[in-house]
Amino acid sequence: MSYIDPDWINGFLGGLIIGLAACIYLLFNGRIMGASGIVGSLVDCTAGSGAVERIIFLAGLVGAPLLMAFVVVVPPTNLTDNILVIVAGGVLVGLGTRIGNGCTSGHGVCGISRLSMRGLVATLCYLGAGFICVALLRHVWGII
Amino acid sequence: MRLLIALLCGGLFGTGLVIAGMTDTNKVQGWLDIFGAWDPTLAFVLGGAMLPMAVLWQVLRMRKQSHAILGDAIPQVNTSAPDKPLIIGAVLFGAGWGVAGLCPGPALASLSFGGMGGLYFLGAMLAGMVMAPSFKRMLS
Repeated sequence: MSYIDPDWINGFLGGLIIGLAACIYLLFNGRIMGASGIVGSLVDCTAGSGAVERIIFLAGLVGAPLLMAFVVVVPPTNLTDNILVIVAGGVLVGLGTRIGNGCTSGHGVCGISRLSMRGLVATLCYLGAGFICVALLRHVWGII
Repeated sequence: MRLLIALLCGGLFGTGLVIAGMTDTNKVQGWLDIFGAWDPTLAFVLGGAMLPMAVLWQVLRMRKQSHAILGDAIPQVNTSAPDKPLIIGAVLFGAGWGVAGLCPGPALASLSFGGMGGLYFLGAMLAGMVMAPSFKRMLS
């Protein structure tokens, strides 16, 4: 390939920042930086004494992009207008991450990097399901 | 101090997700669209994120460090074999990720600029999380 797509560079840089955040959270606070675990434990009240720390983490997660939007143009989410699709996707993500105990950040970033078999298997499963889902919805049924 | 670290890490996480393009559902669904115009960007994101973590896990292992700097124990890796809840949960999550193009981190990171759709997604996701424990009990 004669050139490198700038999106790939942004992707890698953004990824490094995500990885750095996960490193600091683990090294200082001794916690796995998994988004679904942090939100989910607050939702079902299993966070216990860690609740305040998690709420503060979420404040940073929501707040930093808000501040970013004052300085740079934040790319749109391009989320579909189809409310049924949004709700179905949301419920599946919420259910699945809590039943399977993790999402992209927990199983993918934090799990695979420590050679966790469960993290690897979960990542292969959610990637496979995602591939099939997009193939069906986009190329067979034309919904998305 | 713990809270300051949590705020910093949440902020870095959100910034990284936006820069990486994880909050753009077109990028995510393009990555999952292996039978169409496949977009490899997310491979760079995941690679970039795993790299520093892989180094840190290795350093912790070599130094036999069992505790974090602020005193908590480093979580042990769960070595039990992959079970039904792990696999079924991951498949459901992957399906939802494909349907809408958002996973939990980016859903929160994009909350301030994602419009009503982003709010509906978050509401549905939280509802799913509320329902999850009873489904999980049924599985085991």
